[in-house]
Amino acid sequence: MSRTSPLFSIMRRDLVLAFRQKNELLQPLLFFVMVITLFPLGIGPGPETLQKIGPGVIWVAAILSALLGMDKLFRDDFNDGSLEQLQLSNISLAWGMFIKVFVHWCGAFLPLLLISPLLALFLNLTPPMYWALIFTLALGTPLLSLVGAIAVALTVGLQRGGVLLSLLLIPVFIPLLIFATSAVDSAAMGLNYLPQLAIIGAMLCFAIAITPFAMSYAIRVSHH
Amino acid sequence: MNSETHLAEELPANQATIDINTLPQNNRVLLSAQGISCQKQDRILFEDISLTVASGELIHLQGTNGAGKTSLIRILVGLSTPDTGSVSLTNSSLDNYPLIYLGHKLGLNRHLSSVENLQFWANMHGVSISTDELYALLARFNLVGLEDVPSGELSAGQQRRVSLARTQLLPANIWILDEPYTSLDTQGVSFIQNLIDEFVEGGGAVLMTSHQSLQSRLPVKNITLEYRL
Repeated sequence: MSRTSPLFSIMRRDLVLAFRQKNELLQPLLFFVMVITLFPLGIGPGPETLQKIGPGVIWVAAILSALLGMDKLFRDDFNDGSLEQLQLSNISLAWGMFIKVFVHWCGAFLPLLLISPLLALFLNLTPPMYWALIFTLALGTPLLSLVGAIAVALTVGLQRGGVLLSLLLIPVFIPLLIFATSAVDSAAMGLNYLPQLAIIGAMLCFAIAITPFAMSYAIRVSHH
Repeated sequence: MNSETHLAEELPANQATIDINTLPQNNRVLLSAQGISCQKQDRILFEDISLTVASGELIHLQGTNGAGKTSLIRILVGLSTPDTGSVSLTNSSLDNYPLIYLGHKLGLNRHLSSVENLQFWANMHGVSISTDELYALLARFNLVGLEDVPSGELSAGQQRRVSLARTQLLPANIWILDEPYTSLDTQGVSFIQNLIDEFVEGGGAVLMTSHQSLQSRLPVKNITLEYRL
């Protein structure tokens, strides 16, 4: 009997599961692309208008597509008892949950980051705006995942937690949206957008430090 | 909460704990619970229960529906916290895991095959096991040909067998099984009972609930929870 790394096995399992459920992997991405493609059609293809609303549209679409897939983050594992077994194993529940959220981020947000150059083209963003957008998405979407995961862990035991989840999360996501779009606006005007990025980065660091414990506590409460 | 609930009759569980004469020789206490109570939806399920689980014991926890068997088990394994009292686990051997718990929820992901589910579970507990070993194990559990079928497509009894196959993956001190015989056929029940007996004879301990009477060749310690209003 040899020893193996439990955390690595959680990561591998979740990745296998994510790729086995391809439509769930594609759904948030398609939603994201659809919203952004429909906007120019809906409001008219004026280049200035698109450039003005572009960053906001991309960020709002990212937040809404996050909410769409977030609901399922722990649901299957909670319902089939996998989370109970994780809680009873020797691994710290906080680490296990953190790995799960990380894998979820890789499946739900990494594709958005990869496809964003195309979307920046649709919305007539200038290169500095595009870089600012990528940086805010790279720092901001892990924050969406981590904060969202706390709310998911809290509502996972409820029968219809979806509505409650959205209500809980929207106010938390508003500051992020404000700083992110303001960074892109600064980039559009050729200003320094490092302060906004620093604030988002600080929020992310805080979330990485705190949320694993909050999530594991919320799951313990849900199991109780 | 109404005060009459306090006057309910003494639980047999309290007496069962003192009855140490039936214990086999050379037993070590593996799990002990002191004065635990649980209250759900303003109803006291049980109050001030103390019990110990020692090696070589097979304990059958009985009670009517809603008597609190599952709640007691979830407190003992550490998934819930009791309203009062405490539970402590003694890890006698460092190589062994303190307990294996299998509850109503089987812990099988429906998109993963039996082999993947078991392999992941073993890995999660820090044990690596080869696919060949798992095929052999699943064959013992009468699941030949179903190793690579997604668990969601197996019948309820087959899923239960996969879940119970976990008990063979890790060396543990105690198995805590909540209704392990649900949806198993008669052969399955006697096969699992045999595994339980072998484990108990080998110095393990089993605490289980079941609405059937146990066909064990070993002395069974019964604990009955009464439904309280």
